Amino acid sequence: MLAQAAGGVPLAQLRYTAPLPAAYDTEKIDRRLVLCHIVPEDCGGFMYTQGLDSLGADCLHQATDAAALEQRFQSKVDADDRIEPKDWMPDAYRQTLIRQISQHAHSEIVGMLPEGNWITRAPSLRRKAVLIAKVQDEGGHGMYLYSAAETLGISRDELLEQLLAGTAKYSSIFNYPTPTWADVGAIGWLVDGAAIMNQIPICRCSYGPYARAMVRICKEESFHQRQGFEIMMTLARGTPEQHRMAQDALNRWWWPSIMMFGPNDAASKHTAQSMRWKIKRFSNDELRQKFIDITVPQAEFLGLKVPDPDLRWDEATQHYVHGPIDWKEFEEVLKGNGPCNRERLETRRRAHDDGRWVREAALAYAEKQRARETQAA
Amino acid sequence: MSATATPVTAAASDDLRFRYAVHLGDTSLILAQRLGEWVGHAPALEEDLALANIALDLLGQARHLLSYAGEIEGKGRSEDDLAFLRDPSDFGNLALVEQPNVDFGHTIVRQFLIDAWQLELFERLQSSVEPRFAELAAKALKETRYHYRFSSGWMVRLGDGTEESHQRVQAGLDALWKFTNELFAPGAVDEEAAAAGLGPDPASLRAAWLANVEPVLAEATLKKPADVSYRWFGKRNQHGEHLSHLLAEMQFMQRTYPGMQW
Repeated sequence: MLAQAAGGVPLAQLRYTAPLPAAYDTEKIDRRLVLCHIVPEDCGGFMYTQGLDSLGADCLHQATDAAALEQRFQSKVDADDRIEPKDWMPDAYRQTLIRQISQHAHSEIVGMLPEGNWITRAPSLRRKAVLIAKVQDEGGHGMYLYSAAETLGISRDELLEQLLAGTAKYSSIFNYPTPTWADVGAIGWLVDGAAIMNQIPICRCSYGPYARAMVRICKEESFHQRQGFEIMMTLARGTPEQHRMAQDALNRWWWPSIMMFGPNDAASKHTAQSMRWKIKRFSNDELRQKFIDITVPQAEFLGLKVPDPDLRWDEATQHYVHGPIDWKEFEEVLKGNGPCNRERLETRRRAHDDGRWVREAALAYAEKQRARETQAA
Repeated sequence: MSATATPVTAAASDDLRFRYAVHLGDTSLILAQRLGEWVGHAPALEEDLALANIALDLLGQARHLLSYAGEIEGKGRSEDDLAFLRDPSDFGNLALVEQPNVDFGHTIVRQFLIDAWQLELFERLQSSVEPRFAELAAKALKETRYHYRFSSGWMVRLGDGTEESHQRVQAGLDALWKFTNELFAPGAVDEEAAAAGLGPDPASLRAAWLANVEPVLAEATLKKPADVSYRWFGKRNQHGEHLSHLLAEMQFMQRTYPGMQW
């Protein structure tokens, strides 16, 4: 069964149909066509522009045989080929990607808020400019990611509705507050640092649009991380007050950053399948360990103390061993009981509601313009 | 110098260069601060990014001008000393830019009225006798063309959009119009600067400003408010109640932790 497509058509005869035009509107993708992206040679001149009705019933049946398509898909993934929007993909793969990419996009958008909290109070004009540019980059990342999710057949508006309705998740880390300027430094250093650790493997993700968006995002994130570290260094080497500010911020952000990698491998429900699909390439615990191994010496360099009394270097494994993670806290924040869950969503909702009349005006104006052009023509 | 240039009647003193740089720098800085309040809260992601971009451009202008002001003053004050350690009564920004955001409509009107003015200001400032002003103007003019495209585009969309958007943007225009009087009024540092060839005569910017404003208002189906003789001017360091609140927030760190490096 695996060696052959349904209906006895050898796999070798399967080919891809012509690529979609660049300006293809993903919202208009007909699901039946998506399923038919791989068609047997003998179906003849099948084109996207043609209706499915022109295909013979047998041919349609052969082309959509789930097992064969899935096998072809998996061998592509196994060969490290990229899956593109027009390619056939299992529905669960599509749904997993939509979930993951949209969570990532929402995290960028909600993530604008804790740091944005310091734009009007940044302590120097240079820091203010860097911070505005950084928060703006996060908005830009949100845009690329929403676009990547849109290639999977869901619109940005639908995704935003899910965020505002509270049914979509975003990274829990952004439910923590930024009471001091040092929190801006700690977010750049630790949160962006953890995000990079998570995201670099996604540059090789099996889904093309996500992988490509991630290449650009990672470049900018590593720039942000250096900026955050530099803020921390300035504070750690500043006055005693500044040093304390930096230490307090590290105390606040260390454990939440460690938890950003998600539950322990044993408790992670998505890991195995995501690894098979090459959406994920390392387990949560592997990435967490890498992050800790890199970050602890950085904290030492800063002269700051990592708030983990059990933290120690293990000569045998050449890794740091960390103390127990308070998964109760993680779950509580996830459930909505973090310090700022309510504020973050309310802020997003308020911006959305306050902006409604603006978006309506833009639509109304565009309609009027269209009507005028039609009249003129 | 072009035919419309103001004849130079006095040499520019360091004090005048300082005050003129502060007037222009403060105007860009305070507007950047107001726009910074929008980041993360705009009506759509695209507008969020655009407002942040404009804020960054204005902040860049402010840094150039305030650094120059600090150098010319020669007392060792940096751009940050000038931004964060002066009192409201030392600020020479136009009153228009300190007006609060209120809503997206007010924000767009404020931006549009300033963009229309900066277009002409920077065009003419390119021929300043002081190279530092001329350099700044050449760069800022390019930026302002984008700002004006953005703000005038939104003026039209909001003015000719829905009933609600029309009312809101008209309300913004009605509220902010009185502050435009100051842009062209005599008796302040910009007039002195013009006499010394540092910048254009403020009154002479009015015709070009109107030419940038009126066609957009017409296309936006908005009514130009009547001119009023409002005489309290930011460029004479006369400010209303908003600026001290804005500065309290902006200057919080430098005031709370004096003398530290950030």
